[in-house]
Amino acid sequence: MSLAVKAVGIRKSFGDHEVLKGLDLEVTHGEVLCILGPSGSGKSTFLRCINHLETPNGGYVWVDGAIMGYALTRGALQELPVKRLRAQQSQLGMVFQHFNLFAHRTVLGNVIEGPMVVRGLSRAKAEARAMELLEQVGMAGKAASYPSQLSGGQKQRVAIARALAMEPRVMLFDEPTSALDPELVGEVLEVMRALARGGTTMIVVTHEIGFAREVADRVVVMIDGEIREMGAPGDVLSNPSDPRVRSFLSRVLA
Amino acid sequence: MRQSSLNSTVTLPLADLPGPDVAVRRLRHPGRWVSGGIVLLLLAVVARAFAVGQIQWTVVGQFLTAEVIITGFGWTLLISACALVLGVALGFAFGIMRLSENPILRFAAWLYVWIFRGTPVLLQLLIWFNIALVFPRLYIPGLVDERMVDVVTPFVAAVLGLGVNEGSYLTEVVRGGIGSVDRGQKEAAHTLGMTPDQTMRRIVLPQTLRLILPVLGNSAIGMLKFSSLAATIAMGEMLNAAQRIYFINGAVIELLFVCAVWYLAGTTVLSIGQYYLERHFGRDGATASGERRWFKGWARRPAVEGEA
Repeated sequence: MSLAVKAVGIRKSFGDHEVLKGLDLEVTHGEVLCILGPSGSGKSTFLRCINHLETPNGGYVWVDGAIMGYALTRGALQELPVKRLRAQQSQLGMVFQHFNLFAHRTVLGNVIEGPMVVRGLSRAKAEARAMELLEQVGMAGKAASYPSQLSGGQKQRVAIARALAMEPRVMLFDEPTSALDPELVGEVLEVMRALARGGTTMIVVTHEIGFAREVADRVVVMIDGEIREMGAPGDVLSNPSDPRVRSFLSRVLA
Repeated sequence: MRQSSLNSTVTLPLADLPGPDVAVRRLRHPGRWVSGGIVLLLLAVVARAFAVGQIQWTVVGQFLTAEVIITGFGWTLLISACALVLGVALGFAFGIMRLSENPILRFAAWLYVWIFRGTPVLLQLLIWFNIALVFPRLYIPGLVDERMVDVVTPFVAAVLGLGVNEGSYLTEVVRGGIGSVDRGQKEAAHTLGMTPDQTMRRIVLPQTLRLILPVLGNSAIGMLKFSSLAATIAMGEMLNAAQRIYFINGAVIELLFVCAVWYLAGTTVLSIGQYYLERHFGRDGATASGERRWFKGWARRPAVEGEA
């Protein structure tokens, strides 16, 4: 399989606090990768570095033939103008823990915003495609509703449709079910399962060990800003070699 | 247990408990009747004072619809509207500059607020009216070359003075409003590939507008009243018209009352408009209602310290 994402030596600090200590990661096309780890381990920051919502302090991310935020000229990384960076970011679909649906737009308005404004699609085309996607996540019936009228699970499914509308090469999920009531988690995971079955390349930061075990091709466990364990979910989850990973997993699996 | 200590002297045996349909006697509030009566009495006293005072109510009625007054009120409305539009435009422009990445733009916006919020609006009106003393000519190469006194008429001075002053308040309101829009909204726009400009225009500003709508309503109401200050720079708006009349006929209080009636009518209409506007925009519950309420109380004190 060909490579979709390659992160090289990603470092990130907030003030004196070093959150990411030089991470390397490769994700191939069609792969589903789950990033697990205790809270504060830097897994969300890592995901946000991949799509440059946070600018890494060191290292870089290569996505499908280009380095995020930079152009390689004369052996150095030349920072790109914001517009070019945004064009790159639009190729990575992002689903947030807190949905971040546009509060002043309807469900349909949320999904057509990117295709119309960024891709320059006509409203008719964008709406037709958006309705297909909303159908796919089971939210077509709520197209005219505003986000404030939806449950958390419904919001997250719309957010997934909104990200898919940009036809991204990779989908990033930042703890997509962590803000949901327990009974609403299932509907979101179901949509994500369907995406995975359809061959979407996915990087998922999650606490849902069951989902990782069932859907992921590979699992990464992060602790204190480092990748401590990486491999097939069966191996990593049932037989971790790193003692700190073992202690983390024993806590979440208990 | 805690309850039993409260009414430790009274014990109600289980056997005495009434059935589920037991009647309930509501608490009486004699204090409400007394305070209400006192207020009504005071109102009556005030009303009587005005009724028997030296006010010729017929003169009030006579001038209420006088052509000069109506024309003056027309000017009042025009000045207020123009100044409000200018103020809102400046407020958004400088409010966005206040949050710019560019420190020089930030400083310029800060300077604007510092000067125009820090000096009395009456003083500013007088300075605009006399601006020709500093800049005798308005000269923009290839566009304008005129004597300043011809450009800055009382009307222009009034609109500039009131609008620029209002803009300094609204700058802080807009800054606070933008800061109150959830950061995630911006991040979501960025991940869709929207440029900073698109994000601001399509995502952040529409939500800011909803958030600050109550403040803008209060601005409109305030502007209608502050426009009366233009009377001091020979602008023939309503108060100025009233003054010109009472300098001749001496019916000072009557004409001031006429003005009061019209101002009240104007602000009442605006208040009603504000109510419906807010209700209309409130339909999608776009932003946390807590923030909305929080803003409302800050009508003319928009210094928003530390974004919510």
